[in-house]
Amino acid sequence: MNKLKARGFSPVVTHRKEDGSRWTVKEKLMLGLTPKEYWATQFKNPFNWIIAVIYAVGLPVLVGRFIFGLGWATHSSYDYPWGLFLGWGLFVMVPLSASGFMMGTTVELFGRKDFKSLERLGLLNGLLGYLFAVVFLQVDLGQPWRLVYPMFVSLGPAAVLFLVAWHVATYLSVQVAELVPAFSEWMGLKKPKKFIKSIVLGLTISGIILSTLHQGALGGLFTYTPGKLHPLWFSSAFQWLHFFCSSIFGGLSMLIVVSTLTKWFMKWRCDDKFLKNLDYCTLGLAKGCSLALITYLVIKIIAVAHDNEWGYLFSGWGQWYLFELTAGVVAPMVLYALAIRNQNASLARFAALLAVLGIALNRMNTALWAFNWKLYQEIPHWREVMIAITVYTTYIVVYRFVLARMPIVYSWKGDE
Amino acid sequence: MKKINRRSFLKGGVAGTAAVATTGLSSKASAAGDFGGYPDSMGVLVDLTKCVGCRTCEAACNKEQGLPAPDLPFDDFSVFDMKGHGGQKRRTSEKEYTLVNRYDIPGRDKPIFRKFQCNHCQEPACLTSCFVNAYTKTKEGAVIYDESVCVGCRTCMVACPFYVPTYTYSSAINPVVKKCIMCYDTRLKFGRPPACVEACPQEVMTFGKRKDLINLGREKIKRNPGKYIDHIYGEKEVGGTSWMYMSDVSFDQVGFDTHLGNQPIISYVKDFLAMVPMVLTIWPALFTGFHLLSNRKKANEEKENSKS
Repeated sequence: MNKLKARGFSPVVTHRKEDGSRWTVKEKLMLGLTPKEYWATQFKNPFNWIIAVIYAVGLPVLVGRFIFGLGWATHSSYDYPWGLFLGWGLFVMVPLSASGFMMGTTVELFGRKDFKSLERLGLLNGLLGYLFAVVFLQVDLGQPWRLVYPMFVSLGPAAVLFLVAWHVATYLSVQVAELVPAFSEWMGLKKPKKFIKSIVLGLTISGIILSTLHQGALGGLFTYTPGKLHPLWFSSAFQWLHFFCSSIFGGLSMLIVVSTLTKWFMKWRCDDKFLKNLDYCTLGLAKGCSLALITYLVIKIIAVAHDNEWGYLFSGWGQWYLFELTAGVVAPMVLYALAIRNQNASLARFAALLAVLGIALNRMNTALWAFNWKLYQEIPHWREVMIAITVYTTYIVVYRFVLARMPIVYSWKGDE
Repeated sequence: MKKINRRSFLKGGVAGTAAVATTGLSSKASAAGDFGGYPDSMGVLVDLTKCVGCRTCEAACNKEQGLPAPDLPFDDFSVFDMKGHGGQKRRTSEKEYTLVNRYDIPGRDKPIFRKFQCNHCQEPACLTSCFVNAYTKTKEGAVIYDESVCVGCRTCMVACPFYVPTYTYSSAINPVVKKCIMCYDTRLKFGRPPACVEACPQEVMTFGKRKDLINLGREKIKRNPGKYIDHIYGEKEVGGTSWMYMSDVSFDQVGFDTHLGNQPIISYVKDFLAMVPMVLTIWPALFTGFHLLSNRKKANEEKENSKS
């Protein structure tokens, strides 16, 4: 598509064609290309071929999981009831999707209009991350069709997971609402946008509340496991704070990573405002990240002191723990600081990648690797890995689909 | 940031409050004092020194609970040498709610056997972690489970400090949790001991009121100086369990986790649960305040400009 753009093609950004007639929805979906041109560009994209290969292997396995059960797709471990689907799909995806509430807060609550050009990408990153966390959950649940039971059929309100269920469900609807303006611009509907604008502050604040609580609650889930999770990763008092605080830089760093990928691979879709502001916004987010990172580092150390776990640091687990903190927290923190000092957005992007990987490592450690540290290591079944890759690929496909169409990284011209 | 007038601000506030009202229901912090268990609940005291590893209890459980036939017959003792994942000893599964493992202790002339099943905690972690309330601690002492509401999140399996609940992963249509229910439906409810207790030829297990069993155990320790470890496992562990154990070798040598502490699992979660209603009530005002403060300067500047 970038090549097409270089040859003078411009994707749909307004309701009317050059001759004054309206684009139909179908034409908008094709980005203003004729069907033949559209499919030709899709066909030529090497990334689509990779996706096709993943689907060719992964989709049958995914279908098989629902026909033959979890026992067929996973090791059906009684000792490791949660595997990759939740370890990766829930515990890693959700903190990396905290960008939605962070950008909402920055722009709508604190009035930082200078981040406006990244706000919608932040919201979309949030919405899709949560949506696919729920998809992963549905793959993992024994009886996914009973998903609404904790809401309406049999309530266990004192359980941490009850809170996660309610908050993720509520927050998903908040995020859908926050993205209604983008959709209504694209569809040419005025009223919904106006309505959302009128309640945007309420939406933003409920977003903060819900995010604080469910990001924390994901950590809270592991406070049930004092005898199973390694003491260095376990903290009865601070687990929720660790998860919440790390989601702040996790979400923002993911936003930097995603915006960088967008700039590289979907430049044709970005407008000048987005591209011009991107370095400035990246460095601004970098400041937020470095503040969150230093806070997180300190409260992680406080947790070790609080439970007097210094002795563990000298064990093999301790080395692994220190590696996680050094590579995933200290390194991005220092790099972010250097990037801000030298106004070097590229360095901030590299720091963001490290921070994202650091979050992933921390959540995987908590959910799988340092879990059952007294027992044995569980290596996921290949089918489980394949399903996780397939669902994550779908996340990328949907992400790209929306990004190419809705006014997320470009502004819609001419409301009508 | 769009300009906020009083009316739209109030509307925003209402949406926020509505979100709080709906989600507020979700966060009942159960920070009540510790629950010491039902006063007359029943329990079982297991004397490991008496067990000879005949596996009669396993057979009795299998029959009572209508479980599928085992891979190896119950009189096959090669199972004691079986090693599971990661060199682990045998563990319970969806097909066996109880089993006996052999431990060869250096210096002890005979091996010691340990029976494993749900310990039926006073404050069960499975129960407190379940978001559909599938678990019940009955007044008789059993921890039972209602499979008709189970969603299959398996948090109970994660939360159980004893690795007790298992899951019928093999079923695609109706997978459920399987674990020992102390024969609640068929026996305990009517005041009768669980099948494994009754079947034991060695009288390893004593069924009775939990508080009487604790006294009995202490008495036994006192009457046989030097025989038993001076500890009844389960009297205090994770808030106390209905099944308790006596042994003549230290408990960590026979596969018991001796680092679980005496707090019920839920007490580790209470720090988080207590914070939930605070966030729900404090955050809206706090962040609305931040918003007003951050826009204050702008408003003041506009005022100044209009004056001059």
